[in-house]
Amino acid sequence: MTKKDKIKLPRRQFLARTVKAGLSIVAASALAKLMYNSKPPSVAADISEMVKVPDFSVAARASQQISIIKGPDPAQSSLKAIDLLGGIERFVKPGDIVVIKPNVAFASPPALGATTNPALVAQIVRLCLDRGKAKKVIVTDNPINNPESCFLISGIGKAASAAGAELLLPRPAYFRNTSLQGGKLINDWPIYFEAMRKADRLIGIAPLKDHHRSGASMTMKNFYGLLGGRRNIFHQNINTIIAELAMLFRPTLVILDGTTVMKTNGPTGGSTSDLKRADTLIAGTDPVAVDSFGATLLDLKTSDLPYLSLAAEAGAGSTDYMLLKPIFASVS
Amino acid sequence: MKIVTARRICQFLFFALFLWLCVVSTVGDSFWRIGNYPVNFFFYLDPLVALGTMLATHSLYGPLALALITIILTIIFGRFFCSWVCPFGSIHHFFGYLAKRNKKTAEKIRLNRYRKAQSIKYFILVFFLIMAAFPSLAATLQISLLDPISIVTRSFNIMLIPIADRFFHITSAAPRFYEGAWLILTFFLAAVLLNFAIPRFYCRFICPLGAFFATLNRFAVWRIGKKSAEHPDCRLCEVNCEGACQPTHDFRISECILCFNCLNDCKHELMTYRRAISAGGEITDPDISRRGFILSLAGGALALPAVRLANTLGANYYPGLIRPPGALPEEEFLKRCIKCGQCMRICPTNVIQPASIQGGLENLWTPALNNRIGSSGCQLNCVACGQICPTAAIRPISLDEKLGINDFADAGPIKLGTAFVDRNRCLPWALGRPCIVCEENCPVSPKAIFTKVSFETVRDGEFTAAKISGNTVEIKTIMQSDRYATGDYYCAVGPARFKIVANSENTLRLEGKEKPEQHLPSNGKIIIQVRLQKPYVDPQKCIGCGVCEHECPVSGKRAIRVSAEGESRNANRKLLLG
Repeated sequence: MTKKDKIKLPRRQFLARTVKAGLSIVAASALAKLMYNSKPPSVAADISEMVKVPDFSVAARASQQISIIKGPDPAQSSLKAIDLLGGIERFVKPGDIVVIKPNVAFASPPALGATTNPALVAQIVRLCLDRGKAKKVIVTDNPINNPESCFLISGIGKAASAAGAELLLPRPAYFRNTSLQGGKLINDWPIYFEAMRKADRLIGIAPLKDHHRSGASMTMKNFYGLLGGRRNIFHQNINTIIAELAMLFRPTLVILDGTTVMKTNGPTGGSTSDLKRADTLIAGTDPVAVDSFGATLLDLKTSDLPYLSLAAEAGAGSTDYMLLKPIFASVS
Repeated sequence: MKIVTARRICQFLFFALFLWLCVVSTVGDSFWRIGNYPVNFFFYLDPLVALGTMLATHSLYGPLALALITIILTIIFGRFFCSWVCPFGSIHHFFGYLAKRNKKTAEKIRLNRYRKAQSIKYFILVFFLIMAAFPSLAATLQISLLDPISIVTRSFNIMLIPIADRFFHITSAAPRFYEGAWLILTFFLAAVLLNFAIPRFYCRFICPLGAFFATLNRFAVWRIGKKSAEHPDCRLCEVNCEGACQPTHDFRISECILCFNCLNDCKHELMTYRRAISAGGEITDPDISRRGFILSLAGGALALPAVRLANTLGANYYPGLIRPPGALPEEEFLKRCIKCGQCMRICPTNVIQPASIQGGLENLWTPALNNRIGSSGCQLNCVACGQICPTAAIRPISLDEKLGINDFADAGPIKLGTAFVDRNRCLPWALGRPCIVCEENCPVSPKAIFTKVSFETVRDGEFTAAKISGNTVEIKTIMQSDRYATGDYYCAVGPARFKIVANSENTLRLEGKEKPEQHLPSNGKIIIQVRLQKPYVDPQKCIGCGVCEHECPVSGKRAIRVSAEGESRNANRKLLLG
């Protein structure tokens, strides 16, 4: 190595290093500039994008809004009920994705009537798939008790899967926030959105039950199961929340199973002595009307259930079910 | 002037500045109190605060950008911060000096040799930065547990100053209390005493800020080095080497903290600070093994979800953890809080305390309100904590926002939680004694605590009247004199009730013009009752300030206590509708 090289080498090293140092400084400064935010974080630091619940309702038909079937077997009655409303073809189009929302709130065996009759759920699933030519039927709920246990013990999980439905169990990522326009309670509140994200139809199937806070749990109250978060705070104003649920979720069809009615100790029941046969199943496109008729099976008047009038005033339906000319029939 | 002298003066000045800023972090209007002093100066210079919050929140909060200056200077000159600026570093420098001043030269050289374990600090850095940057789960900023500026600030502010001030009464009239400060003391003392094992133990082996600087100085334009490779075994340059960076040969630039002691100690005038690399050889990169790197990466990536398993951000949140007013939603709060203790220091009522690990490991030393310690709960007209918080984990709210007035009238006041009456402990509710201190002290207008009046028969309060003359009732039994003369006791005579004005052993004097006699039932029964105002909390009005809890005379477990339900910052802790 000549003397010249000895001087040159450090110099070259030095220059290379200086360039790298300069680039590091530029990179650090650029990153700082990019990330810089002179303002402190705002109050609502993480406002997730709000979702809008689709309207799943079908066009009303004057004389086919509600059907009331007498019969001992809810699955059979439901076929008749839907046929009288214009058949499943009116509600499900070929290729549709249908979401069925039964009441799977409790990990309670089907015989106790706290959850929707599994055979009825299976019947509707098959109807949608076979005659309705639905692409997919999703059966889902956000139960009160542990979801896996609820779907297992209620028998709904097995029955729905066997009938060809896909089960959807809630997980945190499935919930998105929404607000009901004009609503007082459902304001930036998480709902179980995943199920209806890609759905074309929403069918609610509810058992008819006594409910100690609201008076009766029927098709409108059934949609409480699509709320997320610490939803129980809404019990402070149960009538308004049920009415708002009726405004937020506009189902394609609702089925109220009053074949066996939970008369006492609702909504959990727990004993067959809480149950009483009424052998009635109601289907309809107007949940308010369906529930208003359902109330009579619990020997309640419309005025006993303030949420019915609140929902009707808000435009979710009519409490005067006779005005809708219900179709009465029976199945032996 | 020798450069080491300049360094010592610089260290001294920065340390004095640090102490001064600690002392002036006191609310008040004397000239030396907080005013406009830049009390967060060292936090703003600390790149770990900037980098940590940036990784966690994806934004660099205003004043923290000042750390860019430190970064740029480090890239150009090397790790000057550690031995010229860092107050914690200066403490170690000093104690390291004390530890080795009487030791033999050979022993000093031995103490200052490079050790493989010096790479631990890099693994600590990686571990904590991964926790802060964890993408899918809520990140948490735990690097401040070991960040030297955070350590030294909280050690002085909530441990050393409160102890010293018990004798001087400068920062507060009454002594300040900090629950759990013993742990901070232990940590601090351990770090300081380790200098007696190895000088600058903390700086060499643990400090994540030093580790961060060490990754920056590889391209340093100027660096320590030898002019020629002569005297490879002399090692006089290592006698006082603060960084343990082996300047004799194979100089490790990443460990060099620019103390310049080698320049001072070299008898051969070989050591220099220049642009060329050391003639004795140089190792540029920090000594990070691949295995160690991957392990610390994996450790950090596992530690966060492991902490989150407790679900303390969700349903299992700890309701006794009340954050200061303006604190961000818990998840965001944990991304910004650097556990520095500035809010605990500034809080005039001393109510803000370093939290324990109750309610989540990551809560350690974060601010939490303890109404039994504070002198009056969270003072209504005070927003000091949010104004001082260097990272806006507690937002710099205005008084208007806190109180929910003027522009913030629609949003309403900031609620820290909700007070609940414990009816099993409350004097009027459980013990039949008048009280309502909580209601009186409730600062909200109209008051969030209200009362309902009830009259309750006292124990053994049924008597038979022997004679009633005017307003004086004679009874057959013996009572304690004046026991019922406090103004809170009444005598029910039939359907009428009269306030007791005085009582002797066998008479009661009643208030009023009405004649009690006319109401006396035939059996002569009269009943002595106490008038109680029983407190209730209006959850809509309660702001959770905790004054009621502080003032409650049930001194142990208070009969009214604030719980986090209903706090404004977390939607999932909502208590009421609307």
